[in-house]
Amino acid sequence: MTRHLRVDGPTHDDRLDHMAQGILGQPLNRLEGPLKVTGWAAYAAEARPANMVYGVLVQATVPAGKVLEIGDAPGALAVIQDKRMVRYAAQGMDQKGPTSGPDQIEYMGQAIALVVAESFEAARHAAQNIAVRYKVSSVPVEPEAVTPELPPKKQSAAGDVDKAMREAAVTLDQVWHTPSQMSAAMEPHAAIAEWDGDQVTIRAALQMLSSNRKQMADALGIKEQNLRLLSPYVGGGFGSKLGINAEAVSAAIAAKELGRPVMVAMTRQQVFDLAHRRSETRQRIRLACDADGRLTGIGHEVLVSNLPSSEFTEPVAQATPFTYQAAHRQVVHAVARIHRGCAGSVRAPGEAVGVTVFECAMDELAEAAGIDPVELRLRNIPDVEPTTDRPFSSHKLAEALREGARLFGWSNRKPTGQQVEGEWMIGMGMAAAVRVNMLVESRARVTLTQDGQAVVETDMTDIGTGTYTILGQLAAEMLGLPIEQVEVRLGDTNFPPASGSGGSFGAASSGNSVYLACEEIRGQIAKAMDCDEADLTLQDGMARAGNVARLLSDLIDGQISGEGHLQPGKTEKSHRQATWGSHWAEVAVNRWTGEVRVRRMMGVFACGRVLNEKTARSQCLGGMTFGIGIALTEAMEHDSRDGHAVSRDLAEYHIPTHADVPPLEVHFLPERDAYVGPLQAKGLGELGICGAGAAVLNAIHNACGVRVRHLPATPDKIVAGLKD
Amino acid sequence: MREFTYHRAASIADLSPDATIIAGGTNLLDLMKLEVMAPPALVDITHLDLGGVEPEGEGLRIGALVRNSDLAAHPVIRRDYPVLSRALLAGASGQLRNMATTGGNLMQRTRCPYFYDRRMACNKRDPGAGCAAIGGVTRNHAILGASDHCIATYPGDMAVALMALDAVVEIDGPTPRRVPLADFHLLPGDTPHLETVLEPGEIITAVILPAPPGGQHRYRKVRDRASYAFALVSVAAVIATDGGRISHAALAFGGVATKPWRDPEVEALLKGSEPSDALFREAADILLRPARDWGENQFKIPLLRRALIATLRDATGMETAA
Ligand SMILES: Cc1cc2nc3c(=O)[nH]c(=O)nc-3n(C[C@H](O)[C@H](O)[C@H](O)COP(=O)(O)OP(=O)(O)OC[C@H]3O[C@@H](n4cnc5c(N)ncnc54)[C@H](O)[C@@H]3O)c2cc1C
Ligand code: SF4
Repeated sequence: MTRHLRVDGPTHDDRLDHMAQGILGQPLNRLEGPLKVTGWAAYAAEARPANMVYGVLVQATVPAGKVLEIGDAPGALAVIQDKRMVRYAAQGMDQKGPTSGPDQIEYMGQAIALVVAESFEAARHAAQNIAVRYKVSSVPVEPEAVTPELPPKKQSAAGDVDKAMREAAVTLDQVWHTPSQMSAAMEPHAAIAEWDGDQVTIRAALQMLSSNRKQMADALGIKEQNLRLLSPYVGGGFGSKLGINAEAVSAAIAAKELGRPVMVAMTRQQVFDLAHRRSETRQRIRLACDADGRLTGIGHEVLVSNLPSSEFTEPVAQATPFTYQAAHRQVVHAVARIHRGCAGSVRAPGEAVGVTVFECAMDELAEAAGIDPVELRLRNIPDVEPTTDRPFSSHKLAEALREGARLFGWSNRKPTGQQVEGEWMIGMGMAAAVRVNMLVESRARVTLTQDGQAVVETDMTDIGTGTYTILGQLAAEMLGLPIEQVEVRLGDTNFPPASGSGGSFGAASSGNSVYLACEEIRGQIAKAMDCDEADLTLQDGMARAGNVARLLSDLIDGQISGEGHLQPGKTEKSHRQATWGSHWAEVAVNRWTGEVRVRRMMGVFACGRVLNEKTARSQCLGGMTFGIGIALTEAMEHDSRDGHAVSRDLAEYHIPTHADVPPLEVHFLPERDAYVGPLQAKGLGELGICGAGAAVLNAIHNACGVRVRHLPATPDKIVAGLKD
Repeated sequence: MREFTYHRAASIADLSPDATIIAGGTNLLDLMKLEVMAPPALVDITHLDLGGVEPEGEGLRIGALVRNSDLAAHPVIRRDYPVLSRALLAGASGQLRNMATTGGNLMQRTRCPYFYDRRMACNKRDPGAGCAAIGGVTRNHAILGASDHCIATYPGDMAVALMALDAVVEIDGPTPRRVPLADFHLLPGDTPHLETVLEPGEIITAVILPAPPGGQHRYRKVRDRASYAFALVSVAAVIATDGGRISHAALAFGGVATKPWRDPEVEALLKGSEPSDALFREAADILLRPARDWGENQFKIPLLRRALIATLRDATGMETAA
């Protein structure tokens, strides 16, 4: 039986707080941790089906045009050119395959064919040396070189920001630039495809199996039922594995053609060419406020880029309409159609760079208005969503700001440039954290056997986030079992389709489906106990109601199972759902070299119910680390002549290292959000990123007086603003 | 990767002009996978007797196979040549330093991204093809010692410290010889594919350090992240003062030039002078006189200037860094 819930209204009943097992929320270690550290958790490219051969993608060496002819590949088994091969990855949640037809080249590095050989080395050698004849076209690759599109649906305005700017006591009008960024997951994209008649099984590195299956079936021109995807372990995704990409599609095509299993694994350099990049952004922010710091005007004008044929555009100003109030407001969202690699979702698309820049602007306004940055924010928090008058599902920004200021010791902050230790100038900065919250349809099945073992099955993925663990904890809590008696099976499209991992919605969406499946089972147990489900207590394998207590094994005949099915509903529209927090940083800036060292960093977050204190905290640590990356180190540079990504490995693309990251402090504000399903839990992973970089950049200003508006703040840019 | 033969050398006599030496492999293998280097034959020297750090005269003889991590931790190096220890520890990562050898480190090739990318024209990889870096992303290219044929930096750290220590490279081959490190790396000129004086069939067997120079040792490396990044600018300094005047000044620079850079005029100015900001600024002026930028790397000119001044202030006791 399936327990179905559409979230059309609030869940005020905190029943998960009153379950007996007491395991939900506990800081359990990751269930699959031992498998991972001992190497037993097999990633996509780690299977070795008999008779397998290796494919390596051939990439275009021109920025645009047409493939006229591809030469031979001595030493290879086959050179596969198939019009179903895709030009770039599908976007997250696409229901169809991405643009196919690899002959038409849209960017330098695009996959145009696949070479297959008996060894990876032979395939790679052939792919690197194959002769290709092109008809080359000349195309724009720089965002500022074209007249951008202004998609009508993405523009919004109320009042008159120009007028607000003219009449305000204090104003700010500045332009920021952020570079392209790469998700840079540890595991490069890889797939192994194997056919059995008209059935194909693909082991792949993917985040969202149920939509990936639709994309793949469409791309290959086969029925969904004939396709099984397996992604039990994924070595990080950060958006780059939301949609299927060239490696998995071409592996399936080649495996069919050769009648042998085919592995296609991208090299690290190929990941930089072929995975979605986050678009570079140009952001003009205008702010107007009265003498007391109350905002009267907010303008956020954004320029992003993507290929002409891709629909995705980085939703940079997504949080701008509801973070602060102002009577006059304008969002401009412009898209430059250029031929750099395809842009898509990378770690908190939108807010990661939008909130970061906006929160830098707020810091500049606070300085101009002579108001403490925390106070400026507190004075502008809206009661309802300003653009729509919708209520917020919950709102913890003020609390996160006040609590953060207290915990971080904000009152010790000195005026700009006043704290010096040897060569180092010290400063503190802060920023608000905000990220939209989403729920996505999700299903799960839970089976409880007579011997008290529960099995959770869903095609949800665990991309290193802790899904195995939190879903196990949920089932253990709901069914009253020790965690050792719960097995979680993920990453297989034979299981009920889940939300997948993306947009921070995975834990809450799939968690709610497991909750519902367990409710269904509880209902069946209650029936056997002859009581109301609400009166049932399950703990350590015992069922109790009133003064009756029975062993679960006595109540179950064989096994019982239930499915849970969660759908987002009216609360999506009736309430503005978001997660809130605050970021705090203390940095040291070297007065000679402009090097920045983050000395202390703290985040305060409200994300509804915390399902596992430890995995939740780890998510925030990762997010804050990416915030440091956005502020200080990460930049994917493009050659201005052909648009190609110049830094294509992890030595040159600078993710923060341990030495760049101080011990990070994370605090959660207790919260239950009633409008996001019975779990009362919201998304978390990405919130840690949104604004974190601004705290660092604002701290740099407090330390040395330099505002860096071309991110990242590398030594060259700081030094440019320092005195001799 | 192209097919190649592999042979483990049992003695120096096994080397041949046709086989490329592999030591730690941390640079060579990366380049082979990308086919930036495609040697048909490899000769593995890791089983030769080229290890050990031994006294030689008043100085030291460092075997070519001494691993970077071992050399950095060696007590005599830490005591008498700390600039070398610091430079080594500022390079790469712990894992890489465990593999990387002294000889291989000296021979490491540039990190110019166009050199690494076979889609791009590169005179170093393919003499006469042109230089795609010029007009492209040049943020980390050289401001000193470049030519219109190649603007790539020598990327290493260890060699910069060795320059300041007046190290000598010991070479074996048909005619064994010793070459001062200052003469070992070549400027690109119109032959950027020739990077050192080492001839095919020759091998670096050791690096010789003269007597400990004493004085203050500094290695200051400015980079885009706190660890595991190549230098934007680095300064190796060995400075001694006597009676308020600078008595010994050896300075070498990395990340800014096509080879480990040293400028005798800068040192001549400093020697015998009283430390002062004015003096250090003048030293920077001299150092940067021949500097030329390629657009994006313009910042290296002021950054090198600042790094030099800060290092000199620190080494002469005018300011402590920490
Ligand atoms: C990601 C990354 C980051 C790095 N960061 C830094 C850094 O910050 N600073 C830094 O200085 N270095 C850095 N390195 C470079 C590293 O120091 C070198 O790769 C290493 O020192 C090379 O030593 P090896 O023994 O592994 O050389 P190999 O890779 O074995 O050889 C390199 C070259 O030297 C030749 N060779 C080796 N031994 C001899 C010999 N005895 N005689 C003659 N020729 C020889 C080989 O033929 C080859 O051409 C980094 C490397 C990587 C991969
Ligand atoms: S700078 Fe030198 S190494 Fe780089 S592309 Fe030009 S010639 Fe090649």
